[in-house]
Amino acid sequence: MSPAKTTILVIDDEVQIRRLLRITLEAASYTVIEADSGRLGLDEAAGRQPDAVVLDVGLPDMSGLDVLRQLREWSKVPVLVLTVLASEDEKVAALDTGADDYLTKPFGAAELAARLRAILRRAPEENEPSVVAFGEIEIDLAARLVRRAGAEVRLTAKEYAMLRLLVIHRGKVVTHRQMLRELWGPKAEENTHYLRVHMTHIRQKLEAEPHRPRHLRTESGIGYRLVED
Amino acid sequence: MADQRPDPDALLASVKREERRAQRGKLKVFFGMCPGVGKTFSMLRAAQQEMREGVDLVVGVVETHGRAETEALLDGLPVVPRKELVYKTIRLLEMDLEAILVRKPKLVLVDEFAHTNAEGCRHPKRYQDVVELLDAGIDVYTTLNVQHIESRADAVRQITGAVVHETVPDSVFELVDQIELVDLTPEALRERLSEGKVYMDGRAQAASENFFKDTHLTALRELALRFVAERVDKRLRELRSTGTLNTVWRSGERLLVAVGPSPSSTQLVRWTRRMAASQGASWIAVSVETATPLVPEEQRRLEQNLSLARELGAEVVVTHDTDVSEALVRVAHQNNATQIVVGKSLRPRWLDALRGGNFVDRLLRIAGSIDIYVVPQERAAERPPTWIQWRPATLSPAREYAEVFVVIAAIAAASWFIVPHSGYLSVGLFFLLAVTMLSLRVGPGPVFVAGVVSALTWDLLFIPPLFTLYIAKFEDWLMFGSYFVVAVISGQLTARVRAQERNERMREDRATALFHLTQALSASKTLDEAVFAALRQADAHFGAQTALLMSDGNGSELQPHFAGSFTLNPKERAVAEWAMRNRKKAGRFTDTLPSSEGFHVPLVRDDTAIGVLILKVPPGDRLTLSQRDLAESFAAQLAQMLEREQLRAAGEREKLLAESEKLHRTLLDGVSHELKTPLAVLSAAVENLATANAATQASLAHEIRTASRRLNRLVNNLLDQTRLESGALRPKLDWCDGHDLVNAAVDGITEALSGHPFETAIPKDLPLFRADTALMEQVIANLLLNAALHTPPGTPIFLAAGVETAKSRIYFTVADRGPGLPPAMRERLFQKFQRGDAARAGGLGLGLSIIRGFVTAQGGDVVAGENPGGGVVMTVYLPYVAHGDVPVE
Repeated sequence: MSPAKTTILVIDDEVQIRRLLRITLEAASYTVIEADSGRLGLDEAAGRQPDAVVLDVGLPDMSGLDVLRQLREWSKVPVLVLTVLASEDEKVAALDTGADDYLTKPFGAAELAARLRAILRRAPEENEPSVVAFGEIEIDLAARLVRRAGAEVRLTAKEYAMLRLLVIHRGKVVTHRQMLRELWGPKAEENTHYLRVHMTHIRQKLEAEPHRPRHLRTESGIGYRLVED
Repeated sequence: MADQRPDPDALLASVKREERRAQRGKLKVFFGMCPGVGKTFSMLRAAQQEMREGVDLVVGVVETHGRAETEALLDGLPVVPRKELVYKTIRLLEMDLEAILVRKPKLVLVDEFAHTNAEGCRHPKRYQDVVELLDAGIDVYTTLNVQHIESRADAVRQITGAVVHETVPDSVFELVDQIELVDLTPEALRERLSEGKVYMDGRAQAASENFFKDTHLTALRELALRFVAERVDKRLRELRSTGTLNTVWRSGERLLVAVGPSPSSTQLVRWTRRMAASQGASWIAVSVETATPLVPEEQRRLEQNLSLARELGAEVVVTHDTDVSEALVRVAHQNNATQIVVGKSLRPRWLDALRGGNFVDRLLRIAGSIDIYVVPQERAAERPPTWIQWRPATLSPAREYAEVFVVIAAIAAASWFIVPHSGYLSVGLFFLLAVTMLSLRVGPGPVFVAGVVSALTWDLLFIPPLFTLYIAKFEDWLMFGSYFVVAVISGQLTARVRAQERNERMREDRATALFHLTQALSASKTLDEAVFAALRQADAHFGAQTALLMSDGNGSELQPHFAGSFTLNPKERAVAEWAMRNRKKAGRFTDTLPSSEGFHVPLVRDDTAIGVLILKVPPGDRLTLSQRDLAESFAAQLAQMLEREQLRAAGEREKLLAESEKLHRTLLDGVSHELKTPLAVLSAAVENLATANAATQASLAHEIRTASRRLNRLVNNLLDQTRLESGALRPKLDWCDGHDLVNAAVDGITEALSGHPFETAIPKDLPLFRADTALMEQVIANLLLNAALHTPPGTPIFLAAGVETAKSRIYFTVADRGPGLPPAMRERLFQKFQRGDAARAGGLGLGLSIIRGFVTAQGGDVVAGENPGGGVVMTVYLPYVAHGDVPVE
């Protein structure tokens, strides 16, 4: 999908932020639609069918989370949420409500572009490639095989399941709760130490410097993210 | 209170005044009743403590008098050598003031505040040296005895007969910030004396035997205790005068009125009150309890008179002495009274002569500079017939008289059988022996009777001619006469000595009880603790059960304090409420509701009752007048303390206001500076951006990025501090991976760290621990930022972590090789808006305050320490528990 045809809906009440986002995004050859309230944003999303939405959680007329919830009732459009610092709860809530990723204000243009690329890349599920490669790691999702520099790496079932989840959502953050629910069921949602322990093992098997991981990144207080480059 | 918001300018002025005061050194006095109580010892012990805490102190002058215990305490304390002066061929060693001022320590020990310097010193008196030290901002510890205080020197001379040459003017006491009373009971002191632990200088040596008499010590102790108590009171008054209440007396005059049980005393009290009002003076009503007990009627009238005086605004003092005039003068000296008011005696002159001279004449003789007013009493006034005063014989317990008659009868009977062998003259000696022995057991009245009765018995039964009062022989007349005089006088003298002893003991008990109370009150940290201590003291001293009702100041119902040892029934409660409302004593032993069980004393300060103290003694027991007076003193002390507590709370509020004012100013100054600097950079850079060439554009962009990061950091810090202060911070504890934590923290500040070699040492197997990840990330980032900003570029920064399993804690340490921190600064740094002296890079001084806030919110702690080899080590501790099992696959 070339950026030229890609439309981004920006829902933010701050005119300066909207202007800045427009300049930044148009410079990256996206088409930008603006909405200054949640209500208008939902209308625009329904009417213009954007390819992605950039949504500020702090809106005057309704909360960004409500916008997200209503949007998710009928649309799977990728959503990037803008939050302020020191609100991990808000970020987690947004991600759990169906946001694809978040960005903390203040943010740099490069960061915004990278995040947008990541959420836009989400292809229709039937086109999911069966082999994903990054660095010296190669993961064959169809064959359930993991190779590092050509040699097969043996992962336990849970380790593989965790890695798979991150690979499917590569470039985006996967919350702790999401991982725990999928791997251990809803009752294990608080046992984050499961994740920490398994992640340590996965990193030891895949990362060159397990304690300064390049690909398997931690999002403090939120979850993990697989970074490909 | 709500409408009395202090005017900001006044507040600011008072903050400034406080600051000036803060710049002056602090003076602490170790205060005692006489030499040998251990003042120097206490001072040195306190100094050792300060030394351990790292205070820079020196010994200016300390007289150990060669005592090993004291000398041992000097060990390890740096001493400024004394200066040698030659005065008329005598070599003298004096404190080297100049050397101390040059050395400029934080604290200097200067023994013997009242010392007179040798000629050739800068000041004639040592206290003047001390004032100079204080002005130079140096704290001073010193020692002083009560006899060296100018206003008390006279009283001491009267008590001990020793003339005090070295005195300190009372005005110097305005400089004293803290008095520590070094107290010792007379017994303990005499023990020390006998063990040779007390040194006296040559001048005092002569007087020393007199000085250390038990009775003198008791009086000196009382004097010292009173002085300290007055100081406390004075402080309070000063405090009050800065508030809205202004009840300072206009003149330095103070009147003292002698109050007795006679109805004419009522007029005397009123007269004095008028006089005091016209002079704008304060006044004291004094009642002297003598050895002669009062009849209930007199007792009641005396109490009425004293109550009246209290109501009319007098301070009431009850004292014990066999000599009324001496007691009055003593109390006058102790209370700095300038005028004494007494009633003109209506007693016939011959009666005065019999009782050792006219009371007024005696008073005039011993009063010295105190003015005496003799106020005529109105004859019309109802006056008790004089015989009442001569009736003590019939008033003492009948048992004593019975005993007298039984003993005399027994001696007479025994003598009847002995007379044939020994002759009738020796019988007189038996009787004399009996009378003397009796005087050790019974009061002066019965002893007098014993003297008279035994004389008559001897005459009647043994001196020929028998069974008549007639004495035939001249030598028998002589014998009989001498016997009579000797028996009566020796009996009376012994009784008098005993009475004096008893009074002495009572005074001592009183002083001790008051001292214990004062100590208990001052040692208590909280109000409740103090009340508890005070009530237990009262329980013990009065052999009573006690209760305390307190008002919360809003006029609502009285609340019983939990420390009371009994619960009031509704009837007693009503009595207490009456006492509170009327600000008068009530209940048993009073005129109001005397049938109640308890003795209710209101706690009165400034015309308002703030509570009621209730004493309940078993129905059979009584509280004597002096006990009741002591109970009132207890109540007064309690009231004073409660008020002090209230004032303290008010002061705290005021301080808080001032503080917040100061804080706001700092914040405003700081924030505006901190905001404007990056904003200036931003606007200048942006303006130049359009016209600049490519290379300049790149560097301008860099400046813009740096400035905006700085702004971002500032805003985050302010937000965090607000979050901490509003109590909105609720840490979300979750399992944390130390490596992840450090990575995240370092990622956010790579640019700031770039100027320093940075090393981490985190064990590969560092276990998971529970923490709020976001908060901890910020804590570590802030610690690293601090290290980076406050050390010269190029100096290394280390970050380490580990587990102390034994202490169940995990730690993160950030160390630098910067200029380090003075120890005193370390704790202060954690307060907000505090910045190290070496802080170059601006900032609001919020970083460490936030770190501490975040860490303590997670149940941890953060400490600043010294890096061996230079620099600072900041260590964050967090509680550590191992995580639960991970299910096996």
